[in-house]
Amino acid sequence: MLSYEEIIEKYEPALGLEVHVELGTKTKMFCGCPTEFGAEPNTQVCPVCLGMPGALPFVNERAIESTILIGLALNCSIAPWSRFARKNYFYPDMPKNFQISQYDEPICTDGYLDVEYETPEGMKTFRIEIERVHMEEDTGKSLHVGGATGRIHGAEYSLLDYNRAGIPLVEIVTKTVLGTESYAPQIAKAYVKELRDILRALGVSDVKMEQGSLRCDANISLSPRGSGKLGTRSETKNVNSLRSVERAITSEMHRHAQRLEAGERVVQETRHFQEDSGTTRSGRSKEQAEDYRYFPEPDLLPVAPSAEWIEQLRAQLPERPSAHRARLQQLWQVPDKEMAAMINAGVVGVVEETVAEGADPTKARTWWLGEISRVANEREVEVVEMPITPKDVAEIIALVAAGDLTDKLARQVVEGVIAGEGNPAEVIAARGIKVVSDEGELVAAIERAIAAQPDTAQKVRDGNIPAAGALIGAVMKDTKGQADAARVRELLLGLLGQS
Amino acid sequence: MSELIYKSAAQLSESLAKKEVSAREVTQAHLDRIAKVDKAVHAFLFVDTEGALAQADQVDAARAKGENLGPLAGVPLALKDILAQEGIPTTCGSKILAGWRPPYSATVVKKLRTAGVVILGKTNMDEFAMGSSTENSAYGTTQNPWDLKRIPGGSGGGSAAALAAFEAPLAIGSDTGGSIRQPAALTGTVGVKPTYGGVSRYGVVAFSSSLDQVGPCARTVLDTALLHEVIAGHDDYDATSINAPTPPVVAAAKRADVKGMKIGVVKELSGDGYESGVSERFEESLEILRSQGATIEMVSCPNFDYGLAAYYLIAPSEASSNLARFDAMRYGLRVGDDGSRSAEEVMSMTRAAGFGREVKRRIILGTYALSAGYYDAYYGSAQKVRTLITQDFAKAFSSVDVLVSPTTPTVAFPIGEKSNDPVAMYLSDVATIPVNLAGVAAMSLPAGLSEGLPVGFQIIAPAMKDDRLYLVGAALERELAAKWGGVLTTKAPKLISAAGA
Ligand SMILES: [Zn+2]
Repeated sequence: MLSYEEIIEKYEPALGLEVHVELGTKTKMFCGCPTEFGAEPNTQVCPVCLGMPGALPFVNERAIESTILIGLALNCSIAPWSRFARKNYFYPDMPKNFQISQYDEPICTDGYLDVEYETPEGMKTFRIEIERVHMEEDTGKSLHVGGATGRIHGAEYSLLDYNRAGIPLVEIVTKTVLGTESYAPQIAKAYVKELRDILRALGVSDVKMEQGSLRCDANISLSPRGSGKLGTRSETKNVNSLRSVERAITSEMHRHAQRLEAGERVVQETRHFQEDSGTTRSGRSKEQAEDYRYFPEPDLLPVAPSAEWIEQLRAQLPERPSAHRARLQQLWQVPDKEMAAMINAGVVGVVEETVAEGADPTKARTWWLGEISRVANEREVEVVEMPITPKDVAEIIALVAAGDLTDKLARQVVEGVIAGEGNPAEVIAARGIKVVSDEGELVAAIERAIAAQPDTAQKVRDGNIPAAGALIGAVMKDTKGQADAARVRELLLGLLGQS
Repeated sequence: MSELIYKSAAQLSESLAKKEVSAREVTQAHLDRIAKVDKAVHAFLFVDTEGALAQADQVDAARAKGENLGPLAGVPLALKDILAQEGIPTTCGSKILAGWRPPYSATVVKKLRTAGVVILGKTNMDEFAMGSSTENSAYGTTQNPWDLKRIPGGSGGGSAAALAAFEAPLAIGSDTGGSIRQPAALTGTVGVKPTYGGVSRYGVVAFSSSLDQVGPCARTVLDTALLHEVIAGHDDYDATSINAPTPPVVAAAKRADVKGMKIGVVKELSGDGYESGVSERFEESLEILRSQGATIEMVSCPNFDYGLAAYYLIAPSEASSNLARFDAMRYGLRVGDDGSRSAEEVMSMTRAAGFGREVKRRIILGTYALSAGYYDAYYGSAQKVRTLITQDFAKAFSSVDVLVSPTTPTVAFPIGEKSNDPVAMYLSDVATIPVNLAGVAAMSLPAGLSEGLPVGFQIIAPAMKDDRLYLVGAALERELAAKWGGVLTTKAPKLISAAGA
């Protein structure tokens, strides 16, 4: 088996990324039903999204607006005239047995997104070209009950929930991405992350990969160097986290290389990423391309946004994440290396939110890059997916600043919040964490320490200030770490005539 | 038999307004008539006796309170079974929708209810509006009241027959390639296909979305106009509905004046294939219009020759997609769900059992026409023809105000004659189809009889100039009625013997 380095030496990877984003509009794409996540099955439905006979779609203007904003943020051209089309195929969770989508006339085309990735020589930028951004409607969900696989075959019966049917989706498709070399997995992950940040900044979606409001299909192929043509690609679905993007692509590169090395051919197919093993399994084969019999949707008029409207939307675009990051770096006075670490860990956004909650930038950065990143690493999740909010972190920082928590106690509070014990106040209450701030109690503890170590105390009295450390340590131990070390030092030095 | 059933909607409207008669009496008279003759005619698939009387009572109560009511309040109507009416069985003539009671009403149905129109029930039709005779209905063929051994036309044969049999003074139809006009022609009644987008399609079971249009049917031009005005207008629920005022159709029907109008006779819609009786009645009508001060000229629309072929690619293509939703998952028929089969198998078995032959034929045809590798040659070429036909109309309307032709090449044919020859059947609509392809407006009204059977006269107007249909139609009707001593249906068989049969 080839090592990753050997694979890159022999083969050139080509990527293609299709990202589906559920828009955060209040109502569905073609009807007035609400879009809230997690409602009782089949409670957010109407004749239109159930595909009742006679029902007709009407377009949600907000969805078009959001799609144009996305296109503009991705440097696309916005078509002055585009159409919806019907994609015809039978599936029980698709009420009309066709999906209203866009086919050869998408609303946004030919854009790009610059993404940053880390190399031994520092951060570099890679330009990913965007082929198209188009609108479509989501399908319902089926739940197959009984049978071993949870799949449709072998199931005892199936339950259908159409709440998701008709929720606006935007599909963002890259052109074939060449030249990523050994960085293919990182660049793919950086792309999805950057895209997510942009969509969040635009406010068009809640972009939660774990809830499926942002889904990524990763296409990958390998071609022998110098062959001059693309290899056969596989399409990996079910990539539900940023980390999975990187893992799925790495895994597929190994699988493709192994087949090619063994003289086998790569099958053009859909594969499903499996979170536990970090590998993919075969889905349905796409050898026989499905014929979706696309044709223009006769129930809808073409989408023809005016030039004025497009310019109005362009003027509304928020600052680009890369520009935003540069501005923050300046503002917070962060060294390049630290900034790179923050970008790499994906914590710039949460640090910014923590600062917005009133925290000191350096302290905020330390918590997110330090303790929280450490636990995230242990758990193999992204830092931003950790169950602690910027508000929690800001509160903890404030408590430390006020002397109500020591650094050590603060770590315990963070640990408690991450463990799901509640917000910082709840964790402090439940765990009985408190700083010993009763001066009398503290002074008594200090006096006990002085009594226990008279020689050390004398050294301090004689002006050997560093010797105080041992006494402070003893006090902290005596108070089980709940005392404020700075205050202990202050009191101790005062008692020993050194203040 | 109550004389009320022989009154026009306009006459009933006047009597109701003067409180000479109640809506309940009018409704009951028509329900009685249905009970007497519909076994022989089979115009109705469902008669909503209770609902109709309740609605009539509401109108009477409102009138008693002195409420301001529309002109058609209390007038009964027959609704084609293609429109969803909340809680009322809606089958579209298909087994696959057997038992379906829609949870919502079509916009047109809502407008009718708001106007106080009393809906008597749902009328028979070719399954999913695919056919020209009602022989494709899964629930039996409707008989033509002029000759019960003949078809009433289709797909809206039920609505047209209900009018000709005096079961209702008003009816709603839908017209994809002639389904309002061809039955109107074959039953001696009036039917209008409004401009595409003039009437909402929301709640109308889709056959071919870019061609379907709901329209009014009646026994007189004025009644048709009164109904047209009630059902037309913009609807937010139909993206293709036109956001502009409805043309003044009632005013035009009342004016009934063709003086100075230029009328074009479509050269391609005459000659071979048109029965001599049909051509004779057509020529006589032209003569009348000329005598009323219109100028008549021949106009050529060369691409009409490809209309039928283009239609039979576009309509089945859209239908193959529109009818995909009938899959047993959410409503209607479900076959084979015995716990041993997958959802896909149940979908497939239900469609095999629930669709009739003609519907299957068109689904297959449309699926083929949209397939990769064939799309350009079939669907693509058909769309090009459609553009050319639209251009033919535009050119014609630059020199004339309206176009005219016979509505159908033949009078009503015997039941069974063409049911095994789809292409012969398709030819029934050769003169009506170009109108749908271009989205313009058209009317069929009676031009007289040929061998005892009605002949239709078609008037075509540019998009959103529907009022011109009524201007010309009402003028022609006035002159013909003067000649006949009433509109053509006054000569229709009274069906008294049929009622006894
Ligand atoms: Zn809905």
